[in-house]
Amino acid sequence: MFRSGLFATLIGTAFGLTTPLHAQSSVYIPAVLELSGAGAVSGTNFRDGMLLAIDEINAKGGILGRKIDAPLLDTQSDAGISRAQVQKVLDNNPYVILGPVFSGSVLVDMALTQQAEIPEIVGGEAAAITQKNDPYVFRTSFGQQFSMPKIANYIRDGVKAKSVAVIWVNNDFGKGGRDTFVKEMAARNIKVVADVSTESGQADFSADVVKINAANADAIFVYLNEEESARFLREAKKQGVKAPLIGETTLLGQKVIDLAQGAAEGVRGHVGLTVDAPIPAVQDFAERFKKRYNYVCDHNGIKGYTAVYIIKHVTEKIGKFDSRLFAQTLHGITITPDDEPGVLMEVTFDANGDLDRQSFLGEVVNGKQKIVEILPKLGK
Amino acid sequence: MASFIQLLISGLATGAIYALIAVGFTLLWQTSQTINFAQGEFVMLPAFFVLAAMNWGAPFWLAALIGIAAALVVLGLLFKLIVVDPMLRYGVLPLVISTIALSLLLKESVKDFYSAQAQAFPPLVPDADVHLFGAVVSTQSLVVLGVAIATVAALHLWLNKTRTGRSMQATAQNPALARILGIPVQRMVLYTFLVNAVLVAIASILISPIYLAKFTNGETLGTAAFIAAIIGGFNQVRGAILGGIILGVLDNLSAAYLSSQYRGAFPLLILIAVILCRPQGLLGRVEERTV
Amino acid sequence: MTRLGAVVIGVALALALAAPFFLKPFGIYLLSMWAVLTIAAMGLNLTLGYAGQVSLAQGAFVGIGAYTVALLTQGGVPFALAFIAAGLLCFIVGWMLGYPALRVSHHYLAFVTLAFTTLVFLVLRNEQWLTGGIYGINGIMRPVLFGWSTGKALHFYFFSLGVLVVLALAIWWMLRSPWGRAFVALRENPIRAASVGLDTRRYTLMAFAVGSSLGGLSGALYAPLVQFIEPGSFAINMSFSLLLMVIVGGSGYFFGPFVGALVAVLLPEWMRIAEGYYLIVYAALVMVMMAFCPTGILGLVDRLAKAAMPNGRSAPAIGAERTAP
Repeated sequence: MFRSGLFATLIGTAFGLTTPLHAQSSVYIPAVLELSGAGAVSGTNFRDGMLLAIDEINAKGGILGRKIDAPLLDTQSDAGISRAQVQKVLDNNPYVILGPVFSGSVLVDMALTQQAEIPEIVGGEAAAITQKNDPYVFRTSFGQQFSMPKIANYIRDGVKAKSVAVIWVNNDFGKGGRDTFVKEMAARNIKVVADVSTESGQADFSADVVKINAANADAIFVYLNEEESARFLREAKKQGVKAPLIGETTLLGQKVIDLAQGAAEGVRGHVGLTVDAPIPAVQDFAERFKKRYNYVCDHNGIKGYTAVYIIKHVTEKIGKFDSRLFAQTLHGITITPDDEPGVLMEVTFDANGDLDRQSFLGEVVNGKQKIVEILPKLGK
Repeated sequence: MASFIQLLISGLATGAIYALIAVGFTLLWQTSQTINFAQGEFVMLPAFFVLAAMNWGAPFWLAALIGIAAALVVLGLLFKLIVVDPMLRYGVLPLVISTIALSLLLKESVKDFYSAQAQAFPPLVPDADVHLFGAVVSTQSLVVLGVAIATVAALHLWLNKTRTGRSMQATAQNPALARILGIPVQRMVLYTFLVNAVLVAIASILISPIYLAKFTNGETLGTAAFIAAIIGGFNQVRGAILGGIILGVLDNLSAAYLSSQYRGAFPLLILIAVILCRPQGLLGRVEERTV
Repeated sequence: MTRLGAVVIGVALALALAAPFFLKPFGIYLLSMWAVLTIAAMGLNLTLGYAGQVSLAQGAFVGIGAYTVALLTQGGVPFALAFIAAGLLCFIVGWMLGYPALRVSHHYLAFVTLAFTTLVFLVLRNEQWLTGGIYGINGIMRPVLFGWSTGKALHFYFFSLGVLVVLALAIWWMLRSPWGRAFVALRENPIRAASVGLDTRRYTLMAFAVGSSLGGLSGALYAPLVQFIEPGSFAINMSFSLLLMVIVGGSGYFFGPFVGALVAVLLPEWMRIAEGYYLIVYAALVMVMMAFCPTGILGLVDRLAKAAMPNGRSAPAIGAERTAP
């Protein structure tokens, strides 16, 4: 008896879930994100940036007169659950899907969204995402295949290093970056003399710093998540690491600088998306974000925010809610802040769904990220 | 050599924390057969009590006291009354499931009601570096090591030298006999829960300046505490200290000299070896009681 | 088996067959996940519920099975062979893991198996040449059996359900055989079992091996269901949730895993109405459930059924086959 009861409830509930919840006056743009588990920091940043943009747009009447209805679906940072959630929202005919951030989850979901011909705007940075000829997947930041060459050039030309030590976090983000980086180093004849893997959530970096110190490299490339970056920097300072510490986006964030409590001084690197960019629109956004959520937004927050405005701009350009036309239009488009202030910085999409923006070389000076050089868009 | 000493000292500091957590873990096991899978989250949580109190304007010392008091109530008293007591008579397994669920509950609550972001936590002493035998040690690590060892030593003395402490031990070893001897068994069991709460709160305040306070902190700490407890001896306070320190040092040495990708594997291999060859742990007694 | 029991099973099976026709792909995906995980939970129920060994390694066996099938089928081996290989490999590894179970029991075994799960995760993540490492394996094809493609959600569900039914019948038969009776004897009173001449060593190992191979077979279906596998999916959390399924459903009840898996797969989805707090609500519900029915849902049904028939001749509720300890 009990089982049949459960089944009845299951069917009932499933019906409940499958009934379109969105009225005609709104447009359904669900977000499938890492809201719990290992990816929760990235996922919640993306969510908060996204919600900020949605509330701004809805307050001004929405997109083409329709309010954005963006339910949040948690993947628990697991690819299997992420697939289920994407399937769930696909059943309700979404216009565009936002997220996820973890590249593994993106790679699973892509197959579904491509089949359904629904555009998916993701936070993942793994190179593989845009190498599958999927016309429905779009990034919100540089793929690692674009950011790593910039770092590599900087290490060769700026730092003039002949050898480099790499410390990376052994998850999908860190391993992908490390593999691309090592390839770029080989192409530039720079020797990788130490290759140190660390665990996500690791607290004690003394062994890793001992290894890096022993390698005696000209430069050290650090590719860790935010908190681990901060812990590593403190240990590196303690053990007196001499070689310059070079990083990508995460290492130079204000959050890392604050958490590292002085140990981030002098750290340099390439920054793709940063709230410290010397651009008034970005800084204005950062302030609104901080005011509403009471913490400093990281690059994932900017990804979420700009993604929503990209949807708004493209939709208004095509003048209707047509998912296929949306994907076609987004390929090859350039959106400037004059067209749509919400994109914050000029952005161009290519035929694979990769994007191109300005980026920055930064350095930590007096507890603040200072931009020392603006790198132009690659296409220029 | 300098780097070896560096690794040794850092390992000792980490190991002392594992020991603190492991001691409470074994106490709960001994007196109430509670395998607390939420023990790691128990260490994560008090830091947020302290931060919350500081957000209300309390100075750090007061906030730390409030944090310990809140831990006593929530992780000691309420944990026992609401989670453990109703399930105790049904054996180990339902309680295991319940503490696994509890760990999820605590993590998610901190994430949703406080923040998903890592939080800076005020240090107990000003951060400075001390040079010892060619290695650099931060004052924080030394404080962690000192406080942890002092706490466990005090606990050891209390358990062996005071009447209450000895009653607790008797309860742990043989509750039926203890009851016959007129020991208020229920109260003794409650004491172990309170002691555990204080230990995790101290551990939390000690490590958060170094680890930063974050909702996921418990995941690695909990497992480390189990391993330390078993390696040292599940039913011995001294054993937990030895286990914790072995674990901390081993983790650092293996990451530096063997393989960083497999650093997590070495403690587990030791764990399996100990369980197979000396299941009572390095310092443990053979358990006479069937569970 | 009473008439009432047969009716309930029949109704449940009819529902399992009919339900997908009323569901959209998402619902069918969840049902498929239920069928796949039920197989693994059934295996754990054998080790835990019948042989009394606490194992936290079942998630690792699901992983071993999933990787076996993914790697073999991508290497050109037909699915049916890969499926059998997954079960066989897990049987052997499970047998070996059973040896510690002979020496230690209770919580120690839980920790040995917990360590095993983490070791398997580390190997899957670090041995990139074999397993694809942290990137996982993408694009796993759904099998074609005798010219029948299971590529569609509905087809794959019926395939999984079919496998589940066949395996459930096999286990049912096994538990009715002298072997199975030995398992139960082992749980109820190991000393007596040994004294009447049961080779407790062999049966303990066997319980572990058969339970583990069911985990492997479940993984063999998990891989083509999700079509992507990564090491993180088979870390300790998977073992925890399989344990949860067995206990919540009712450990030692034949149909316990079916009910438990249903709860574990669907409850978080229902709770999503609580939006951001759904995991908190889910965790709290599990704790409440454990406090009020520690013997699991079927244990509760059993108890209520006995209470309803005070003359001692209980009307055995569905699956209430557990001989009381």
